[in-house]
Amino acid sequence: MAGLSLKNLGRRFGTFEAVKDLNLDIAQGEFVSLLGPSGCGKTTTLRMIAGFIDPTAGTIDLDGKILSAPSGSLPPEKRGMSMIFQSYAIWPNMTVFENVAFGLRLRKVPSADIKRQVHDMLNVVRMGELADRYPSELSGGQQQRVALARAVVIKPAVLLLDEPLSNLDANLREEMRFEIRRMHDEFKITTVYVTHDQSEAMVTSNRIAVMNQGRIEQVDEPYKLYSRPKTRFVASFIGRTNFLNGTKAADTASFEGFQVPLSALAEKAPDGGAVTISLRPQAIRLHRANPAVSGKIALGGRIAERAFLGETWDYQFAARDGGLTLKVAAPPDTVFEVGAEAWVELDPGEMVPIA
Amino acid sequence: MNVSTDALGTTASGGRVSRLAMFQPVMLVWVALAAILVFLIVAPMEELVVSSFQHADTGDFTLENYAAAYSKPRYIQALWNTLKMGAAVVALAIVFAVPLAWAVARTDMPGRGFMRLAMLGSFISPPYLSAIGWILLAGPNAGWINKAWQWVTGDPGRIVNVFTFEGLVFVMASNVFFLIYIFTHSAFEMVNSEMEDSANILGAGPLRTAFKVTFPLILPAILGSAIITFLISIALYGVPALISIPARYPVVVIQLSEFFGNTPIQLEVAAAYSIPLLLITAVLLGLQRLVLRRRTHTTVTGKGGERRIVKLGAWRWVMFAYAMIVALLTLVAPTFVLFVAAFSKVWTRGLEWSNLTFRNFYYIVFEHSTSQQAIVTSLTVGAAAASVAIILALGIAYIVQRRLLPFAGALSFLAMAPFVVPGIVLAIGFFAAYAPPPFALYGGVSILILAFITRFLPVAYTASAAGIRAIHPEMEEAVRSLGGGRLTAVRHVVAPLLKRTLFAGWLLIFIPAAQELSTAIFLIGPKTRLVSVLVLDMSEEGRYEHLAALGCVLLVILALLVWAGFKIAGRDFMLRRDAS
Ligand SMILES: Nc1ncnc2c1ncn2[C@@H]1O[C@H](COP(=O)(O)OP(=O)(O)OP(=O)(O)O)[C@@H](O)[C@H]1O
Ligand SMILES: [Mg+2]
Repeated sequence: MAGLSLKNLGRRFGTFEAVKDLNLDIAQGEFVSLLGPSGCGKTTTLRMIAGFIDPTAGTIDLDGKILSAPSGSLPPEKRGMSMIFQSYAIWPNMTVFENVAFGLRLRKVPSADIKRQVHDMLNVVRMGELADRYPSELSGGQQQRVALARAVVIKPAVLLLDEPLSNLDANLREEMRFEIRRMHDEFKITTVYVTHDQSEAMVTSNRIAVMNQGRIEQVDEPYKLYSRPKTRFVASFIGRTNFLNGTKAADTASFEGFQVPLSALAEKAPDGGAVTISLRPQAIRLHRANPAVSGKIALGGRIAERAFLGETWDYQFAARDGGLTLKVAAPPDTVFEVGAEAWVELDPGEMVPIA
Repeated sequence: MNVSTDALGTTASGGRVSRLAMFQPVMLVWVALAAILVFLIVAPMEELVVSSFQHADTGDFTLENYAAAYSKPRYIQALWNTLKMGAAVVALAIVFAVPLAWAVARTDMPGRGFMRLAMLGSFISPPYLSAIGWILLAGPNAGWINKAWQWVTGDPGRIVNVFTFEGLVFVMASNVFFLIYIFTHSAFEMVNSEMEDSANILGAGPLRTAFKVTFPLILPAILGSAIITFLISIALYGVPALISIPARYPVVVIQLSEFFGNTPIQLEVAAAYSIPLLLITAVLLGLQRLVLRRRTHTTVTGKGGERRIVKLGAWRWVMFAYAMIVALLTLVAPTFVLFVAAFSKVWTRGLEWSNLTFRNFYYIVFEHSTSQQAIVTSLTVGAAAASVAIILALGIAYIVQRRLLPFAGALSFLAMAPFVVPGIVLAIGFFAAYAPPPFALYGGVSILILAFITRFLPVAYTASAAGIRAIHPEMEEAVRSLGGGRLTAVRHVVAPLLKRTLFAGWLLIFIPAAQELSTAIFLIGPKTRLVSVLVLDMSEEGRYEHLAALGCVLLVILALLVWAGFKIAGRDFMLRRDAS
């Protein structure tokens, strides 16, 4: 198939398995993020794709050609990929122009073409005016744009980015996310983007692969990942959530204080007698009186804690019967005092059984 | 096999990556570097030890060489004398260096800029020239100081004599104390004022603070550099050659040169006699490592803090006077005398108009072919050794720092190993390994260059490793991800970024290499000339005016190069501690 394919990929350092049995197919032109907590093996995976690290198990292939295997790997310079680094790695001994032109010069592009392509590219990243500057005369954001231009100008088969925005301040980071997305829309380069910032991954990616302890937990579009997490780890890593533990009977699931028909849940529950569901705080609605909507569940109780976060209220709801407490997010105009009586309305269609 | 190739020469076939695409030329480089290091370091050292156990004629195993080397009380006495001299030199060097380092780093003493310059002068000026300067100043009969005393007082006696134990120790100390100065100075710069402030707040006065807080913190630096100074002084050849023989104070290096001076050369005995020097060095450097490990521990906490300047008040002039006396005695006076002698018809007549002449320079530079040859050879040997050492060290440091290959640590260990070998011992090893056939290098300049490369490899390695450590590996990975190989990365990114560091490292080697005497003295052939060796020869013949002119030419050339170094590599390149 066309595209990048990681099959049963694994990497050990001594006895420590940094990446385990990882499978991921990335279509031509797709933008996929590797998202996960620190130390989960994102960089290791990316550097295996780039060719800086050899896998100890499995293979990496591009358009059906094997690039990496435990028996040996193609060196990075022969892969036709390019990479953007966390430290930018802009060469301080060359001007902006020379930095961007470097890859083209290696490819022996005629110098008139180099000039045109570099200037076009610098204009795309809005650095056209600064072509003759040295890197020490640029801000962090400008250096990152140069890194982006330098990596994209050679039209790589695959573009790899390792936390490229983590050294920038918050505003710039937000701006650069869209810049990276825009570059992708313009050039349609197959891209693998490593980050531990979920909103960064959500803005930029077609699909996100959530990694944990060297494995991929789930690969999905950002919306699916949020609304239909498959594992406990994914549900808690992407946004906030409530976990409810219950037991399964023939066709109903019982939780503290309420029961739901299994068929009403968002997904089919996994086999076994116990069931855990994830319910997002945003999916819960607060009422002053019993809403009594058919097909939904209503529970009475009190507001135990609250915090105002600007865009939402963050409530802690304690049910009257049983020890159930729920995190509830409500719009700013839904104001409840601490200790006030309240009702929550739960939609079984938002309850996602997880593994 | 179904092989496809794209624009970048990617070769990958259906099932596996082609072997050729995987091949990394660094493997061959490793083998080549290892072979070079074995040639430069392992073989000479092995030859040294082996030949100390070999019968001179038959080559059989024997302990006779050791018996011969330690047979006479005179030989044992020389060993003991050497240790005594080393200890005295270190003590005096500490007295010179530590107060100066403190005053320059931490006080408002006037003339701090001048003192920095003076330390640089100490680095440039070779010990044998300063020894000659002191012979002219404090020689028992014709020395200027005694002459002046006799002229002023009419007393026919003499007040100073450089040809004594005290004279020997003093001249040695004036030439080696700047090392202690550099180490101590940077330790003072590391001590954070907040540590001193906290002692002050607890009620300690400035003096008490200095003794209870500041000095304990820099003590490891003093001890560490004192050990190195001790090792340098017991292995230094030039000063003892000029002073200890007339002073009738035999030391090890002189005894070694006697074994070498006999015909036939008693190489095996010399090897046996040099083993204690090697052992002492290894043991003391091990000790120094322990001391310095403790030091890093203490300075980590003091790093980066703000440093306050101590206001000395009226004492600043006392300190200033002390600094000026040290600078005068160790550098200014002997150098001044040397220059005066170089411009004199007869040096004993001193500063007189009728005594002024440029003939000596004319003679040295244009007429005397031996000294012309010596200047050219000294500079080219120094330049060649510095260049090769830097390139070699750079290759090793790169492989080690980038963890390119397994067992790279062995290369770095070998590159640092010559540090424990005194120059004169190294020379004996080189002689043992490469003077006889099949190499038969003795007599040419190649053996000198090789020995100098080995001698200065640790300096080159430290400088290169520090330089490479400062370059983020991602800088090179960026090149490779764009399609350049490792060599492209080195050529376009690593080398340009290292230029300044390497130039500074080059100068740090070139300057001592161009004046090196200890390593050269046994390896120089009868037809080869080096300034350092020629100076010694001329002093034996008493041709001090010519010798002084030759020395001045060398000093001026080196000073110009250092000045160029400042322009190119920045002000502090010589005083950087990790490179010294
Ligand atoms: N060369 C190495 N030797 C030994 N262990 C390593 C090496 N490189 C990585 N590891 C380990 O492998 C694990 C994964 O590392 P990796 O750098 O891939 O994490 P990451 O997901 O990129 O984390 P971060 O978000 O902090 O960058 C870590 O536990 C790390 O300690
Ligand atoms: Mg990482």
